[in-house]
Amino acid sequence: MAGIIVYVLGKDGEFNKNSLGAISKAAQLAGEIGGEASAVVVGESFDDAKLAELGKYGAAKVYKVTGPEGVAQPVVDAIEKIATENDIKYALFGGGLLGFEIGAGLTARLNWGVTAEATGIRAEGGKLIVERPVLQDSAIVDVAYKGDGGVIVSRLNAFEPNDSIGAAGEVVDTPVEFKEHSLRAKLVARGVQEGADVNIEDADVIIAGGRGLGEAANFSLADDLAASLGGTVAATRAVVDAGWFPYAGQIGQTGKTVAPKLYLALGISGAIQHKVGMQASENIVAINKDPNAPIFEFSDLGVVGDLHSIAPKLTEAIKAKKGA
Amino acid sequence: MKIAVLVKEVPDAAVEKRLDPASKRIDRSGEKNLNPFDTHALEAAVQLKEGGAPVEEIVAVTMGPDSSVRTLHKAVSLGANRSIQLTDDALAGSDVNATGYALAKVLESEAPDLVLLGQQSDDGENYTIGAVVADHLQFPSLTQVVDLKLEGNTLTMKRQAEYGYDTVEVDLPAVISVGDALNEPRYPSLKDIMGAKKKPLDTKSAADVGIDAGQVGEAGSKTEVLAINPPPAKEAGELIEDADADVDATVARIVSFLEERKLI
Ligand SMILES: Cc1cc2nc3c(=O)[nH]c(=O)nc-3n(C[C@H](O)[C@H](O)[C@H](O)COP(=O)(O)OP(=O)(O)OC[C@H]3O[C@@H](n4cnc5c(N)ncnc54)[C@H](O)[C@@H]3O)c2cc1C
Repeated sequence: MAGIIVYVLGKDGEFNKNSLGAISKAAQLAGEIGGEASAVVVGESFDDAKLAELGKYGAAKVYKVTGPEGVAQPVVDAIEKIATENDIKYALFGGGLLGFEIGAGLTARLNWGVTAEATGIRAEGGKLIVERPVLQDSAIVDVAYKGDGGVIVSRLNAFEPNDSIGAAGEVVDTPVEFKEHSLRAKLVARGVQEGADVNIEDADVIIAGGRGLGEAANFSLADDLAASLGGTVAATRAVVDAGWFPYAGQIGQTGKTVAPKLYLALGISGAIQHKVGMQASENIVAINKDPNAPIFEFSDLGVVGDLHSIAPKLTEAIKAKKGA
Repeated sequence: MKIAVLVKEVPDAAVEKRLDPASKRIDRSGEKNLNPFDTHALEAAVQLKEGGAPVEEIVAVTMGPDSSVRTLHKAVSLGANRSIQLTDDALAGSDVNATGYALAKVLESEAPDLVLLGQQSDDGENYTIGAVVADHLQFPSLTQVVDLKLEGNTLTMKRQAEYGYDTVEVDLPAVISVGDALNEPRYPSLKDIMGAKKKPLDTKSAADVGIDAGQVGEAGSKTEVLAINPPPAKEAGELIEDADADVDATVARIVSFLEERKLI
């Protein structure tokens, strides 16, 4: 018997989709290694009825912990206690920043190995083997755990939620004594949406701008191109953090996941954390002056050149074509 | 106060990185450099000091082979007052868990008020080492910080998580990993580069800092790479290589591509 526990993130009464995907994956794997999948939720955002719903996605038990929300270290304390008392050998996280932080802390606490960016997990001989891409997805390694157990932090959108796995989960009230250092980080504000509210998830055509635009004002190049194609403008985290574009229009790991018919990148390198949010796009076009930019590895049409000279002429050409 | 900055030697960005099929580790031969993400952590330390925080010392700490001395010189040229190199054959092949433990042992003897590090290493694509170190030290920890203010003993920080920007307050001591949007690292002056080699550099072995040899290196690591596989085959896209040479032709090709795919 070796259980798998999944940390479930949520806000405003909704569970995170990636957490739900992780539960469904854990339920499948737990069956194969002869254990049970469970979930842990820390905070007070969800009532028992809502928590029990995690059972549908595959959590036999839902450990409910009262404690601070939105910070990692209290969750490390909670999972340490639950894992130790319940013969749980693996902790699975559906990606997300807290997932990385909690997973890493747990690694140290329980002396378990950790694997980040997992895209696949399989059971072999009662143990889990993790598949993770490395070196900008140029290879995939199979990783096994030595010793007692393992922490798995999966890549964004790696696993799909399935809400027809089980019945209501058993909600278990779990008091946890937090460590002094775990309570020192205090969340003052959570989930502030810096910038305007833009909708990129429903767009068929997305023109995405990155640091290669050079400055905030040059987003007008993306705006013009988007207008000519009837599309919407989106961005990378680099430019959102720099204040050039609203957070609501960010694609990637800590932003939105999109899958438009056309995704066209202006000055975007194609970092993994961006790629995970747009790789399902039907057609990917990238303009980047660096021939070695990773984005060309997954573009249908790559253009090695200066966006400042190409984008305005492209806008004109499309307008002319449409006018014709 | 004392700030420790964790730094790492990584293969130069221009060097094509690959896995060594025999050891199943990243082949780290060839040109090496200070992990570019770490320069933001060094800059953050220097800016805290310049901003008036009572910083007595900035200490750069690395774990790495002999060659990582150059990385420490670079870190010192960027503002550290001295540096510590943890180097030992026993540490080779350490995974995230073992590396975090070993670094925490070095830091224990230094007792810093603040530990800073970069958001990720250029070669490993993990964002986890800070939180591992913090748990060993029993320090609070936060990663991916893009705004940071110190008032008295309290750090106020902003970072982006899944639902938008979070603001978090922490009383020191703490372990903080900083995002690359936090600052624009400066270039060292020639004088700083020349002077770096003269600043104190302590070399420590695993035993010097009380590391349990059974917890580090390949043997002490808790993960093991079983196999290296190629990614799923994907149809190669089309590449216009010298697009600036004839912008009109480039634009025409993009337009015809969009038409072929019925996108206009
Ligand atoms: C935990 C974590 C979460 C993250 N979450 C996200 C996320 O949600 N979304 C996200 O996007 N990133 C995320 N990142 C950051 C990510 O790693 C990259 O840093 C970011 O995506 C880079 O953005 P960029 O491509 O705009 O900038 P850069 O990587 O700096 O790329 C700019 C590109 O522009 C090109 N360029 C420059 N000038 C020109 C020109 N004149 N013409 C044409 N091309 C030009 C350059 O060659 C370069 O390739 C995250 C990172 C971490 C560690």
